[in-house]
Amino acid sequence: MPEAKHPDDEGVQIDLISAERMDGKTTMEKIRTILDGVRDGNIVVLEAGLTPDEESRLIEVTMTEISPDEFNGIEIETYPQSKTDDSSFLGRLMGSEETKKLTVIGPANQIETLHKDETLISALVSRK
Amino acid sequence: MGLLTGLKDSISRAASTLFSEEDPKRIGIYGPPNAGKTTLANRIARDWTGDAVGPESHVPHETRRARRKEDVEIERDGKTVNIDIVDTPGVTTKVDYTEFLEHDMEKDDAVRRSREATEGVAEAMHWLREDVDGVIYVLDSSEDPFTQVNTMLIGIIESQDLPVLILANKIDLDESSVQRIRNAFPQHETTPLSALEGDNMDEVYDKIAEYFG
Repeated sequence: MPEAKHPDDEGVQIDLISAERMDGKTTMEKIRTILDGVRDGNIVVLEAGLTPDEESRLIEVTMTEISPDEFNGIEIETYPQSKTDDSSFLGRLMGSEETKKLTVIGPANQIETLHKDETLISALVSRK
Repeated sequence: MGLLTGLKDSISRAASTLFSEEDPKRIGIYGPPNAGKTTLANRIARDWTGDAVGPESHVPHETRRARRKEDVEIERDGKTVNIDIVDTPGVTTKVDYTEFLEHDMEKDDAVRRSREATEGVAEAMHWLREDVDGVIYVLDSSEDPFTQVNTMLIGIIESQDLPVLILANKIDLDESSVQRIRNAFPQHETTPLSALEGDNMDEVYDKIAEYFG
């Protein structure tokens, strides 16, 4: 992330990360981008989300970084997969796997999901 | 017609014998914390081997290491399905030790439990990517299944083309709603059960044989 004036007590920083910015990053680079932001108390919004394998590794790396009284982990929300998504093997082979879902990630102690359905994520974000 | 049927039966019996001599498939029992995964693993292990897999508890993250019960032979319709059951820690994206303090735990114990729990979740994710051949996904049918962890895990399992059997556990509870789980994961079949009471286990074993046999 470019250096920016950190809000500290003034509010909550939200980083809206474009698909273009994440394109070309390796899995670990993406995870670091997310966790570095979240551990600073920021809310990270990914335009294009993560693949299932990246999500799996994000959970794993998050677990290794949890530390009592310091970092409790993450809250992550994406729209549930639509029932009509083509998740067949052939579909994935043809590149039609639908992973490009807006994803919101924040510190577990600062973000709480109020409502989620296939078209809306409503979350309450609090300061540290 | 009779000859053909007889031939088909013979081939099917030969195939089943061949399969029973293969290495057992490793079936991971996955799901969020407190869904009843260990209760189910113990139920299956006791029914078919006489032993248990691990201790059960109402306190979340009782299972903090993946535990494997090897060579569980499940007999269905004259066929034997040979599996290893891997009971895994409940998957989550957050662990807060203060939640354990509510279960009459001292701070040191709660911190240790949370550290072990985080290691266990990481371990479970690793098993899922590398070391299981199929998944039994256990959900507490009295809880909302529309959580991010469930959505992500089912997505991860599907992306690896692993066979997955979704079980709606705790149907003995008044608040249980199997339909809610069916609505959440319409692309999969959902089988109801109570691992604690042993309700509907026959159908569960039929499904295990169908999915993993």
